[in-house]
Amino acid sequence: MADAKPRVKVPKTANAGEPITIKTLISHVMESGLRKDKKTGDLIPQQIINRFTCDFNGENVVDMTLSGGVSANPYVEFDAMIDAAGEFKFTWYDDDGSVYEASKSIELA
Amino acid sequence: MTYTRRDALVVGASGIALLAATRVAFAVTGEEAIAEFTGGAAAGEGGITIKAPEIAENGNVVPVEVDAPGAAEIMLVAPANPSARLTSMKFGPASGAQRISTRIRLAKTQDVTAVARMADGSFIMTSQPVKVTVGGCGG
Amino acid sequence: MRIRAMKTTALTAAMMLGLGQSALAEPDLDARLVVNEELEITTITAAPAHLEGALEQIASGWHYRGETTRAMQADDFENPAMAFVDQGLAAWDTVDGSEGKSCASCHGDIEESMAGVRAVLPKINPANGELWSMEDYINDCRTNRMGAEAWNWDKGPMKTMTAAIAVQSRGMPVDVAIDGDAAPYWEQGKEMYYTRTGLLQLSCASCHEENHGNYIRADHLSQGHINGFPVFRMKQSNLVSMHNRFFGCVRDTRAQSYAKGGPEFHALELYVASRGNGLSIEAPSVRN
Repeated sequence: MADAKPRVKVPKTANAGEPITIKTLISHVMESGLRKDKKTGDLIPQQIINRFTCDFNGENVVDMTLSGGVSANPYVEFDAMIDAAGEFKFTWYDDDGSVYEASKSIELA
Repeated sequence: MTYTRRDALVVGASGIALLAATRVAFAVTGEEAIAEFTGGAAAGEGGITIKAPEIAENGNVVPVEVDAPGAAEIMLVAPANPSARLTSMKFGPASGAQRISTRIRLAKTQDVTAVARMADGSFIMTSQPVKVTVGGCGG
Repeated sequence: MRIRAMKTTALTAAMMLGLGQSALAEPDLDARLVVNEELEITTITAAPAHLEGALEQIASGWHYRGETTRAMQADDFENPAMAFVDQGLAAWDTVDGSEGKSCASCHGDIEESMAGVRAVLPKINPANGELWSMEDYINDCRTNRMGAEAWNWDKGPMKTMTAAIAVQSRGMPVDVAIDGDAAPYWEQGKEMYYTRTGLLQLSCASCHEENHGNYIRADHLSQGHINGFPVFRMKQSNLVSMHNRFFGCVRDTRAQSYAKGGPEFHALELYVASRGNGLSIEAPSVRN
């Protein structure tokens, strides 16, 4: 979906080796494939974000698989740990092949 | 009032018409999802906690948090949903804690279940009952 | 059931108490809403004079929601409505229409130009003496100055834009004028508010004035203020506009409902907004 916009909260600085909380929100209808079109009675085909990853300076933080059982506008909160300044990369994979990305830099405190 | 009675039979929020009797071809049950995750191994207790509301205000958006220190992967299962496997999260080298907080859809009142695969290959599991209410006025 | 004879007591009897959970028995009026750890939101205040004691104090619908729902509004990175605000902010900067303009072309920075706007709407447009809602102003700009097509009152692009504009007034007190040229519309809205309609013979007041704090099936009845609109309704997992909610409420009394964007809901919007004069604009809020 072209208008899936991510919102990401990452602290501006962190101490090395100290867990930090990251919050992510992306607008996406997460069509489960179980709803019926009210007019035609046909099932509305599934279209969800099926995978979400977060990497820091190329190293994986989390790798999440999602299903239609995750609420629309998926909210994902998790913790990372950095050992140097660098960049977080967030990637959301849509069933239709679209890929949504966001990135945030962080400095050492 | 027929309106009230009819709607009392409809579980879950009207926005998601999860037909309880319908099983979609690819759907898994709670047992299947857990067995697939653990490879059939038994899951122990302790070391994993679920935080979820006692009563979910709306089945469409139920905040859930699972904490399993030392886990390599956590999976969330809703056994009474048409497809029970909700989500799973693997923790990589740059993760700061083995915790996931997200929002899930619950078709009806059930025991939300979390299973964690530990770094040594063992499994632990816990569940938390969550009541899902039928809403009030429509609109 | 004898519709004519239905009074408040019968209404209360017709409502099923939810699950009898004491945890949800009363709205938590002691809870406080602070957004992003810095913006204090006034969610309870003295009732405006024009209510003449109909309510002792006014409380935002926020108080009537569960703890986890209330918590979602405290952080803009947890509030699902903010994902829609972002879409509206992007549209603000997007050129649309034959004149090659975006909203920003004339209005510049949304945070500066739109601060306070939501708090005083709907209001009388001095140019024509009509009562205008935010949607009217938006479509007026689009059709007359941008050469763009009007947006449907209740579809995505309009809702996300009203959300992006409304959040610029977040924390400011609702302050709609009810006198002067606004008075006739206000009187019309007030009459609608207190008139029982439909097969169920319910007025807005039947639930929101006489039964706020009680349950309607498993839902907690609020005072029906609109300071939080557009709201993210968990039921639809989408933004919901004021007129959409009015439409649904009237339909649920089993009455013929009114058109979104029509004269009846304009008047009702003014009256209902005025009942919340003094509460902070809370948009975009999260409700059931």
